[in-house]
Amino acid sequence: MEALSNRKKVLEQKPMNFWERIYLPAIFQGMAITFRHMFKKKETIYYPEVQREFSENWRGMHSLKRDEDGRERCTACGLCALSCPAEAITMVAAERKKGEEALYREEKYAAVYEINMLRCIFCGLCEEACPKEAIYLDGPIVPSDYLRKDFIYGKDKLVEQPFNSKV
Amino acid sequence: MEIAFVLEKFVFITVIFALSLVVAMYSTLAERKIAAFLQDRVGPNRAGPGGMFQPLADGVKMFLKEEIIPTQSSKFLFIAGPSLAILTACIGSAVIPWGQDMVLFGRTIALQATDINVGILYIFGVVSLGVYGVMIGGWASNNKFSLMGAIRAASQNISYEIPMGLSIIALLLLTNSLSLKDIAEQQHGFNWNVFYQPVGFLIFLICSFAETNRTPFDLPECETELVGGYHTEYSSMKLGFYLFAEYINMFVSSAVMATLYFGGYNYPGMDFVNSLIGPTWGPLLGMGVLFLKIFAFIFFFMWVRWTIPRFRYDQLMNLGWKVLIPLAIANIVLTGVVIALVNKF
Repeated sequence: MEALSNRKKVLEQKPMNFWERIYLPAIFQGMAITFRHMFKKKETIYYPEVQREFSENWRGMHSLKRDEDGRERCTACGLCALSCPAEAITMVAAERKKGEEALYREEKYAAVYEINMLRCIFCGLCEEACPKEAIYLDGPIVPSDYLRKDFIYGKDKLVEQPFNSKV
Repeated sequence: MEIAFVLEKFVFITVIFALSLVVAMYSTLAERKIAAFLQDRVGPNRAGPGGMFQPLADGVKMFLKEEIIPTQSSKFLFIAGPSLAILTACIGSAVIPWGQDMVLFGRTIALQATDINVGILYIFGVVSLGVYGVMIGGWASNNKFSLMGAIRAASQNISYEIPMGLSIIALLLLTNSLSLKDIAEQQHGFNWNVFYQPVGFLIFLICSFAETNRTPFDLPECETELVGGYHTEYSSMKLGFYLFAEYINMFVSSAVMATLYFGGYNYPGMDFVNSLIGPTWGPLLGMGVLFLKIFAFIFFFMWVRWTIPRFRYDQLMNLGWKVLIPLAIANIVLTGVVIALVNKF
């Protein structure tokens, strides 16, 4: 029968010769290798101070976007919550009142928008589902915390700062 | 017995005891640092400059952990196990000569806790007692993994004590003395025993790896097979005692190896240096040299640990009984023949 690939290798299992049987040469060889590694450049990245460069399609913490006039893009349609396989997103919709046109772009907006970061699997399906380009996973690594309730991120942490904010 | 002598011994023993504890404490940091360096990492570096306070942080953590004694365990033995382990680890350093006799305030002070004339036998006795801590702890835990670890520790220690003793016999043929002080004095300058007994040293080295339960002979506590081996059920400072005892054992066996084979406190040109800096600082310098040798051995222990994988159990027994014991006996015979020939001609 013809071989499917040419990668087949026949293993040769010869009985060990004297030098192999007393282990010591192999042990010294191994120790020389590990000793050389002592002086190699360390691979460690000192995380909180130094951050690894993320790739283009890195998915980190979510941010709710604003449009060019600084108004929130989210219209609370709920497609992101629907698409979320981990059911991490909840929201409460509200109607825009008169005088709030500078705050919200559409007539309906999310009064409460919460993402449970412990449930979120950072798949990015909310990003794909959003018809208003309001949510993106372009943030940093989600920081650790002590209590479960502190991992439920509300609008205070999710909505991005306006471009020309005076905060 | 004069009061000054008692005071002198008391101070000296306290200093040695404290030193061995501090060395063991910082061995835990050194272990992690060396492991990291060998794997291209940096190791613990957050507690203090370069991680200097990491052992203190670890100690505090150990003390603050919840103490759990399994309900089905034998309570007295469960506590006796780690106590015995650390006790036998600590008393081993009593007969090691740390330096030549030092002259201080017009008194001649022996830099040795006690110079008993069967020093090596004492060391052997203490080392073989060390396995009782492991065995009792493993038995009292009432856990099959602990028991497996304890059984392995016992059989391994018994197997490796024989070639260790036999390798020492070849050395004793050369030195004609069991006193560690005599053995150290005979290696004055660069006349180290390792040049006469390279095979004996190799056997002794391998056996001391097995006696201290270090990789590649760490079968009593192999994490991958036996959860944690004999200390699976232990927590808090009792676990800390077991881990700490291992490092003290390592320190003591490094000291024994340095004394028996690598000249102890002797170094080439020591007479010249001693005449230069006097009888107070000369022996202290010798003590420093001995500590350098000990640190080198401890580094070697760790270097081996992070290089070589663990032996399989049958390989361990094969190596002990079928290789090391015949080799040690051959070494005795060869040494005896050579000594007889040298004496004759």
